[in-house]
Amino acid sequence: METPKIGVYVCHCGSNIAGTVDVQQVVEFAKKLDSVVVAREYKFMCSDPGQNMIKEDIKNLKLNRVVVASCSPLLHEPTFRHAVQEAGLNPYLFEMANIREQCSWTTEDHEKATEKAKALVSAAVKRVRYHQPLETKDVPVNPATLIVGGGIAGIQAALEIADAGHKVYLVEKDPSIGGHMIQFDKTFPTLDCSACILTPKMTSAGSHPNIELMTYSEVEDVSGFIGNFKVRVRKKARFVDEEKCNGCGVCMEKCPWKAPSEFDLGLGERKAIYTPFPQAVPNIPVIDKEHCVYFLRGRCRACEKFCERGAIDFEQQDKIVELEVGNIIIATGYDPFDPTPIVKYGYNRYPNVYTALEFERLCNAAGPTGGKIVLRDGSEPKSVAIIHCVGSRDENYHRYCSRVCCMYALKYSHLIKEKTEADVYQMYIDMRCFGKGYEEFYERLSKEGVKFIRGKVAEVTDRALTDEEKGKLIVCGEDTLLGTVIRVPVDMVILCIALEPRSDAKQVAQLFRISQGADGFFIERHPKLDPVATMTDGIFIAGCCQGPKDIPDTVAQASAAATRVLSLISKGKVELEATVAVIDEEKCSGCRVCNILCPYNAITFIEDKEVSRVNEALCKGCGTCVAACPSAAITHKHFTTEEIMAEIEGVLV
Amino acid sequence: MAKLKIALYWAASCGGCEIAQLQIGDKLLKLAEAADIVFWPVAIDVKYKDVEAMPDKSIDVCLFNGAIRNSEQEHMAKMLREKSKVMIAYGSCAYEGCIPGLANLFNRELIFERAYVETPSTDNKERVFPQTKFKVPEGELTIPEFYDTVKTLRQTVDVDYIVPGCPPEEKTTWLALEALITGKLPPKGTVISHSVKAVCDDCPRKKDVKKVKKFYRTFEIIPAPEVCLLEQGLLCAGVATRGGCGAPCPQANMPCTGCYGPVEGVIDQGAHFLSAVASVIDSNDPEEIQRIIDDIRDPVGTFYRYSLPDSLLRRARIR
Amino acid sequence: MSFEPKIVGFCCNWCSYRGADLAGTARMKCSPNVRIIRVMCSGRVEPTFILKAFELGADGVLVLGCHPGDCHYVEGNYKAARRMPLLKKMLAQMGIEEDRVRLDWVSASEGDRFVAIVDEMTEKVRALGPFKNNFKEAKYG
Repeated sequence: METPKIGVYVCHCGSNIAGTVDVQQVVEFAKKLDSVVVAREYKFMCSDPGQNMIKEDIKNLKLNRVVVASCSPLLHEPTFRHAVQEAGLNPYLFEMANIREQCSWTTEDHEKATEKAKALVSAAVKRVRYHQPLETKDVPVNPATLIVGGGIAGIQAALEIADAGHKVYLVEKDPSIGGHMIQFDKTFPTLDCSACILTPKMTSAGSHPNIELMTYSEVEDVSGFIGNFKVRVRKKARFVDEEKCNGCGVCMEKCPWKAPSEFDLGLGERKAIYTPFPQAVPNIPVIDKEHCVYFLRGRCRACEKFCERGAIDFEQQDKIVELEVGNIIIATGYDPFDPTPIVKYGYNRYPNVYTALEFERLCNAAGPTGGKIVLRDGSEPKSVAIIHCVGSRDENYHRYCSRVCCMYALKYSHLIKEKTEADVYQMYIDMRCFGKGYEEFYERLSKEGVKFIRGKVAEVTDRALTDEEKGKLIVCGEDTLLGTVIRVPVDMVILCIALEPRSDAKQVAQLFRISQGADGFFIERHPKLDPVATMTDGIFIAGCCQGPKDIPDTVAQASAAATRVLSLISKGKVELEATVAVIDEEKCSGCRVCNILCPYNAITFIEDKEVSRVNEALCKGCGTCVAACPSAAITHKHFTTEEIMAEIEGVLV
Repeated sequence: MAKLKIALYWAASCGGCEIAQLQIGDKLLKLAEAADIVFWPVAIDVKYKDVEAMPDKSIDVCLFNGAIRNSEQEHMAKMLREKSKVMIAYGSCAYEGCIPGLANLFNRELIFERAYVETPSTDNKERVFPQTKFKVPEGELTIPEFYDTVKTLRQTVDVDYIVPGCPPEEKTTWLALEALITGKLPPKGTVISHSVKAVCDDCPRKKDVKKVKKFYRTFEIIPAPEVCLLEQGLLCAGVATRGGCGAPCPQANMPCTGCYGPVEGVIDQGAHFLSAVASVIDSNDPEEIQRIIDDIRDPVGTFYRYSLPDSLLRRARIR
Repeated sequence: MSFEPKIVGFCCNWCSYRGADLAGTARMKCSPNVRIIRVMCSGRVEPTFILKAFELGADGVLVLGCHPGDCHYVEGNYKAARRMPLLKKMLAQMGIEEDRVRLDWVSASEGDRFVAIVDEMTEKVRALGPFKNNFKEAKYG
């Protein structure tokens, strides 16, 4: 090993570090450590002058190892690696001591914080001595992309990538793409008709030569890594041959069996062979085995008799399709919160208590009532209460704000006012109208005679106290602006339900090896600087699966994810981790303890040599095999046993 | 060429190493041609004072077997080191503590209590324990002091080479002796063995991927003769043990117990063996894992059968 | 002065290290006794590391990984979860108190959980007192 010449650079990070840690003391301490040639402090190490200080020292003092004590390596390790590389040093001859996130920010006592900072610096210095220069390897990126979820986010991302000339597989679990957005009536604050702006995109996605639509399909398995994923998709049997069906719809017309429509949330009906809605893409029906009398009792086959194309195929089986893609965008959306558990709001107890999504269908010209806002008995409501924050901002359900409810509540007010004579009451906690044109929309609605009542609703009841309340739903609560208890008798109640993670979000996270936050939504790589990437390279997230958001934000995020994918495609290659495991064949006894441990099947046993070998392209560098090797024949590059041992020694100064 | 002067000594050991030294068979004649044995208490009547009288470095090679568990052994180790040009830790006890080293799970007090009071055949109501000094009419009698902790030879004196094994196989012994006789010595500190790989490399059994649902003790099953013993749930230490022995135990349908010590480059044999064994447990369910582990009755005795004093922790904490 | 235990913490790069960072970013306060060494996965933590820490004077060792099922490397944390109970069983035989070694799970969003575990561990080890290697202090020899 060459004689180590280490430079140590301690960052003040303004007062973020220096306010708690005695930086001067740490520098003096570092100067005395073995092999340290220079130790310096600076206000902001990551700034240009800070980086230049390091580069100059590398050149002038012939440093061959660098330690920066500053923030988390997750934040600035790439920055400093780049800096030392620019000064001619291999980027892996660098180590970072995290004295901000894990020291100055979590420690109150200045003395103890300084002691801890010294220990962390000593660990980094001891460790960096053993660092070896490493080279990264390039692998090609498969230009095909998998997009999971055919809502607005998935459609948007698919179109952007496909328009740029690249293959997209758009997988949707439902029979049609469109997602929740296609269920909506109007969109706030511009009041564009949701279907009018979405269906053209759906049609484009459906007919795009570069988009392979895989509806009624689910991803079952994902393996591989960025640039080279292998995906197994199950195409559920539709019992309709997609090649033959021309979407004439006669089967649906002739089918004698009905079921509640999922698309209309049970407010309307559909047939046993159905498309969820008339503008479905693809316009190919599916047979619902649960309600098809042929599947239930073995007789009927009416659809088959009337289908001139012979497209009905009762023998159809699920089909497994293997895809190879370079990148994956997950856009699986959200589930609407089910307010039934909040018994006090009367959902599922009082027929005229609706969820927001149900109201969207009620309002929609293509919906079960043809767009008429009516009560269950068909009459028009004379008064409507809209209750905000149902399941959101509520520690019993979801602490977060669902971000869209205030605005769609305003939209409902407008639509009700437009279509009926009803009085509208908004029962809100805070009006959050933060987007472009949102506050203006709020102002406009205030002038339309909507009554805003600030306060969380305590109860919706049908127990009348006065004649006036008889036959009505009485919304009880406190008007916190007036400081009085109120009872508002209305005909209809709309619950602004939270957006929550999909019920299968955990399985999806595990399938794609991405993480969920405490709230259950998928976590982005960085909350501010990397909101569409995930911790797993090559897998991106867009739309409400990452957190509640409105349509413009969803579209922006989807476009951002598409752009990230496109930039990887256009670069054409990705750098593989240099920090992989390697097996020393001179030491491997061929015991095969490691073989089963690799989740990526990167370890193979070479029969004729009786040794195991790591495929570096498949290895993700977790080090699990290294820890298991009873012969210490496996080295984890950049996390070698001697590096970690040195670090242990260092933190225990 | 002058004949080599060789000393052979035993400390805390069983005598097996002496037998192993004789087991080289007709090679003894070659040894006799090349070397004179100047000190060998088990076979030659030489007194300690004779050794004391030898000039420093007058012995060419000392083959020292046995661990250091009392003051006499420590004294002899230090004296022989002074007198010898080359000091060899011969056999597992000298190398890493071996079976006597398992006493490091206890201390002197606990060992004495067991040996002189608790053993069923002992009748010692007066609780008489060994004393280092005892006055008798003829004068004062002394016996060596019994230590709390068994140490290896390397922890006591500077050691030049190690010959592993409990006891070392004949071919390993000869490999060392041949190097000494021919003067073709490896770098200081070398563990002299025919292999730097684990026993598995010597073992002819067929190895496959390992998934273990249950561990057995050797008397509980008769293992299939051609399949890796660890795959069959036997705690075979071959994966974590230096080879060169030729894997005689697995070939006799018995698991390796680890006597050749860690594989080259391994810091703590027991920890590596433990990690490998735990890694092949075929379960992700904490309760099932615990049940599988429950079958490993004596982890220290299993994983550190030969290496406790030479391990990172060296001994148990006695509270 | 009260005894300040030295605890070596091993955190995986993807969940627990980020959880530890988050505790800082959110300016939560936690005891400074745990010094973190970043590994890529809790499955990388060799039992040897833990023994080495004790040999070098650590009073406790904390290993934190992703929650079961959430491992960035699919199931590296399960490997840690296989090794730890066996190591603990061995350590118990060696007279090492159970509370000196802990394997637990912290996600990237659980800064508060990280703080709670670190504080609890520190107090437990503080109560146990310093870990002394008896070899250095053996009474006889």
